[in-house]
Amino acid sequence: MCKSVLNEEKFHELEEFINTLSNKKGAVIEVLHKAQHIFGYLPEEVQIFVAEKLNIPASQVFGVVSFYSYFTTEPRGEFVVNVCMGTACFVRGSGNVLTEFEKKLNIKSGQTTPDSKFTIGSLRCVGACGLAPVVMVNDKVYGNVKPEDVDKILADYY
Amino acid sequence: MNRIHSFEELKNIHTELKPLLDVRKHNVDINKEEKIEIHICGGTGCKASQSDKILANLDEAIKVNGLSNKVTVSITGCFGFCEKGPIVKISPDNVFYVKVKPEDAKEIIEEHIVNRNVISRLLYEEPTLKETVKRQDEMSFYKKQHRIALRNCGVINPEKIEEYIASEGYLALGKVITSMTPDEVIQTMIDSGLRGRGGGGFPTGQKWLFAKKSKANQKYIICNADEGDPGAFMDRSVLEGDPNTVIEAMAIAGYAIGASEGYIYIRAEYPLAIERLKIAISEAREAGLLGKNIMGTDFSFDVFIKYGAGAFVCGEETALIHSIEGFRGEPTTKPPFPAVSGLWEKPTSVNNVETFANIPPIILNGPKWFASMGTKTSKGTKVFALAGKINNVGLVEVPMGTTLREIIYEIGGGIKDGRKFKAVQTGGPSGGCIPAENLDIPIDYESLNAIGSMMGSGGMIVMDEDNCMVDIAKFYLEFTVDESCGKCTPCRIGNKRLLEILTKITEGKGTDQDLEDLQELAETIKDTSLCGLGQTAPNPVLSTMKYFMDEYVAHIKEKRCPAGVCKSLLQYHITDKCIGCTKCARQCPANCISGKVKTMHVIDEDKCIKCGACQTSCPVKAIIRR
Repeated sequence: MCKSVLNEEKFHELEEFINTLSNKKGAVIEVLHKAQHIFGYLPEEVQIFVAEKLNIPASQVFGVVSFYSYFTTEPRGEFVVNVCMGTACFVRGSGNVLTEFEKKLNIKSGQTTPDSKFTIGSLRCVGACGLAPVVMVNDKVYGNVKPEDVDKILADYY
Repeated sequence: MNRIHSFEELKNIHTELKPLLDVRKHNVDINKEEKIEIHICGGTGCKASQSDKILANLDEAIKVNGLSNKVTVSITGCFGFCEKGPIVKISPDNVFYVKVKPEDAKEIIEEHIVNRNVISRLLYEEPTLKETVKRQDEMSFYKKQHRIALRNCGVINPEKIEEYIASEGYLALGKVITSMTPDEVIQTMIDSGLRGRGGGGFPTGQKWLFAKKSKANQKYIICNADEGDPGAFMDRSVLEGDPNTVIEAMAIAGYAIGASEGYIYIRAEYPLAIERLKIAISEAREAGLLGKNIMGTDFSFDVFIKYGAGAFVCGEETALIHSIEGFRGEPTTKPPFPAVSGLWEKPTSVNNVETFANIPPIILNGPKWFASMGTKTSKGTKVFALAGKINNVGLVEVPMGTTLREIIYEIGGGIKDGRKFKAVQTGGPSGGCIPAENLDIPIDYESLNAIGSMMGSGGMIVMDEDNCMVDIAKFYLEFTVDESCGKCTPCRIGNKRLLEILTKITEGKGTDQDLEDLQELAETIKDTSLCGLGQTAPNPVLSTMKYFMDEYVAHIKEKRCPAGVCKSLLQYHITDKCIGCTKCARQCPANCISGKVKTMHVIDEDKCIKCGACQTSCPVKAIIRR
């Protein structure tokens, strides 16, 4: 397996994190969160690395990665646009907001633009129901979003 | 904070710190107090609307006006009035400003603090009365509320353990470990009648009793903070606004069942709550209120955070336990119950955030006090997350037995834009839709079950005449199909079939047979699924079929969506108001509008993709949707 120098550093960072854990039992989800934070996604070689370091079967790691919606095995764009599809946002029209993002970026939910700039996704409730419909771009929360606001939001990231 | 060595010492510190909250609780004329405090909401909702910037600007304006020794400004937890955030509250006169912008900070200091004039444009206007209200305690949103679980939210700074102790924090834990036996603690819980606030409604004292009776060398307490029910955000607010109360209650539970370790399982979507918990845990450890020999006694207890990763089913306790152990969050059959064999096969008690938040006040005020509120079977209060088409979106804590009408119309301020109420959905994806005729039922665990819904975690989504009930049922089914873990067949396959039938109906392809199939399949899934997720997943379908059958029939027989939501069933039609300007024909992406200049245009229904572009472009509103 060929690892670039940059990747080497990332694996090193992950290994250091694993070494700081006082108790490795049941730590796989925590380690995968960290790994996704470092690598941006969880390719096969990262999953195998985690399995080796925690001394658990790779199948268990893969099982966990594929079960939880938070983990992704595909690289994501620089900016991840997440439209909240929780009930409060849905009844206030977040579905139309999602469609507008898909139209403007010319990709479907779950996909990434060819220039790797944007990924569109949806999430279930960030708990800011007072601001419904809510859109998150990376960690920034936009509230009371209407389809006509989509251009303005995207403009913040060009 | 220095380490506290005994309960006596804690009590002394509490007496010393208590005046910290005086200005906030005095509720007097602003001219009668020396000190003025400004509090700004630091919850997720208000933070998203720049409450950080408002805080910085207020600080700046205080310095500029030379008021630093008289006026303080700090963050608090969620006020619960999220719709109108960011919220700024001035004490001691209790003035409540809504929708504050960073540029308003200067005016607040110069007008309100220096000149003593309330700024009326920032006050809240009662939607029903069209009048502004100055003080928090005069607002109809707060008047009917009774805050126990949320008692500290919007009052104390959640990042300072001193303020929690000033507000009687950790006194309940001190009382328990110095003067009560574990059996007495459990009996107190049983007598109070407290039931699980996460959805199941199981008596908390009984749960602890089972866990205590199980013999083992190690036991665990788990706090279920995996608030996955979309539209419910009370757990987030408690964790963000009063994290210490959860930690204190977990320690009390640990003492009662004989556990020395606790885990908080929290969803990764709540970064701010995680941050606040981390601060609270480290402050509590430093003060000797967590860790070895708490307050100098023999009792040791520590709390650790475990992260979820986006799986609704992990709210189910056995699934949650598997997730903490580092596996896929799939549920297993009970028995064995977690109280017998839970985390790492040790006896475990899993309780929800809101349940925990009720425990310290029950210990301090006694079980009788708690049991005096509520209905015959459901005691105390319940927090509801009011959202959807309602004027006052926010968190509402009311005694059990309050009616839906009081919550929606008195506290919630009625339906948005004066529209007509259609239904209220309670209990999230596991609950059902309740129609207008049931608005006067006093709500508790049993009464909601009886009308085909459930308490769930307390989500309450209001819908108006623009919401299609078939579409809502489909929305919930999409959610459950997505979140079903796939372990048992009825849930994995049955719900998918339910969703397919609903999709067919919303596309205008439904038949009478589909209605029968829906009913039968829904009941089979309820009876045969392994865990709570599958057993309750058909509730949205069954309840909408029960109360809104006319809408299903309209979709199937008349091929019409009465609310005008289901796109395939919509028809755009040009009326004789048309002036023949050709604008719509040029806008139409499907080229399905024909007509000459200055003559009436026509839409080809077969080609129309129902995008609505023509309707928006028409200058004379000649295009209608039916």
